Amino acid sequence: MEALYIFMLAAFTGYEVIARVPVILHTPLMSGSNFVHGVVLVGAMVVLGHADPEDPLQLTIGFIAVVLGAANAAGGYVVTERMLAMFTKKN
Amino acid sequence: MSAKLLVDASYFVVAVLFILGLKAMASPVTARKGIVWAGIGMVVATLVTFATPGMQNFGLIIAAIALGGAVAWWSGKVVKMTDMPQMVAIYNGMGGGAAAAIAALEFARGEVHGVVFTALATLGALIGAVSFSGSCVAFAKLQGLMTKAWRLPAQNAVNIVLGLATVLVGVGIVVSGDPTTTQIIAFFILSLVLGVIITLPIGGADMPVVISLFNAFTGLAVGFEGYVLGIPALIIAGIVVGAAGTLLTQLMARAMNRPITNILFSPITGEAQAGSGPTGTMKECSAMDAASMMRYAQKVIIVPGYGMAVAGAQHKVYEMTKLLEEAGVEVSFAIHPVAGRMPGHMNVLLAEAGVPYEQIFDLEEINEEFGQADVALVIGANDVVNPVARTDKTSPIYGMPILNADKAQNVIVIKRGKGAGYSGIENALFFEDNCRLCYGSAQGVVGEMIGHVKALS
Repeated sequence: MEALYIFMLAAFTGYEVIARVPVILHTPLMSGSNFVHGVVLVGAMVVLGHADPEDPLQLTIGFIAVVLGAANAAGGYVVTERMLAMFTKKN
Repeated sequence: MSAKLLVDASYFVVAVLFILGLKAMASPVTARKGIVWAGIGMVVATLVTFATPGMQNFGLIIAAIALGGAVAWWSGKVVKMTDMPQMVAIYNGMGGGAAAAIAALEFARGEVHGVVFTALATLGALIGAVSFSGSCVAFAKLQGLMTKAWRLPAQNAVNIVLGLATVLVGVGIVVSGDPTTTQIIAFFILSLVLGVIITLPIGGADMPVVISLFNAFTGLAVGFEGYVLGIPALIIAGIVVGAAGTLLTQLMARAMNRPITNILFSPITGEAQAGSGPTGTMKECSAMDAASMMRYAQKVIIVPGYGMAVAGAQHKVYEMTKLLEEAGVEVSFAIHPVAGRMPGHMNVLLAEAGVPYEQIFDLEEINEEFGQADVALVIGANDVVNPVARTDKTSPIYGMPILNADKAQNVIVIKRGKGAGYSGIENALFFEDNCRLCYGSAQGVVGEMIGHVKALS
């Protein structure tokens, strides 16, 4: 039940954050939110951390999860940072 | 302080950092700070996760982070600005894949119990897997690895049947409570295929909307898996992105006057127009003629599109703009909301070239001004200036707001070849009396124009 409240409040927050954004920032913001869900890396680490060390299947799936999560986070950061750097140059 | 408390407290701070970071990214002034805050949050989250009680396999975890992180970091650094959209797509797909893999591992461990947990794990797996395979297809298309929009016969029927089958297997997993390996494997294969099938027929200006939609999908998938794992930071970050991404997707779809359902289920294809194409002749003109037309104009409006991005011509375009301004010409840029392959794609590229904000205008701001412009210079844009969107009810892009470039005294179009645009629809603008076409890559043609403008001043 508690989680339902978190869902609702988080959804509302996400909506509010984006509601008034100039078009020029749509791409960087999409990229930025893409980076933020890279936190899936944490979940991937936790599941791999609890996988059975004797079970190659579990280890493989967990390993893939962490690789993908880390790529999402690292790639998302670099790309967003590069885009935003161009916007701040002149301000 | 126990390790558990430390971890939980850190996750709380991380969630706050993410939300503040996103908020800051919503304004050009604070945007740079925003990504740095979110970045700090991510580093803290990653480090503190090692302290989670009961963790093992540390060697594998570190190796996986090093591998995925390094490859993505490097590819993100070296990619050209023009190729950004597909990079966002592929990184997003990886996030979706990670969420799906988390669900797969939880099932493999037999750690998912209870209807609510199973349902959310399954739903997250479905959404994550669709986002993964769909984003891979989107990447392949934008990267030019896949040039044609594939459309199956009875595409919508296939979508629906496949979608239903996936949902049925998913429901079977939830109801059984203790799914068999076969069920799980079937479910993942169906979900992955579904993502591919949905994305294959989508092309042209619809692509950015789909990337944004998958971004929202991944957010939701991460949120659901976060619930299954009991990590509030994942729930908050995932759902915030899910909601923000959904809104962003709606904004984009609205800008094109195409509901999301149309984008997914009735993609734009050139065939719809067969036999009713515009008639007349296309008139060529040399870069020199075009240059002198602009040099002696009062007001020039430049409409950049994907062609400028592909050619990487934004620097040359700005160089020419500065020359024209020195000659006393008023130059402005008109940006269609979906020009390029992502909303704001053109803004990013023009910002890279150094064009000041004040010279760049949105569709609503500038559309009235085309009537007073002497020259509209269309650089590698096509569908976003096609007047059939205003006039031809049978056209697949009818109703999409367009830039009224045709209202200018003269229209010059820089175009790679004589073919139709990305959507495959013939552009009636090119056949208008006031329109001239300069064939060649944007980079080359604008380079020539610069030479001629210089010679004239």
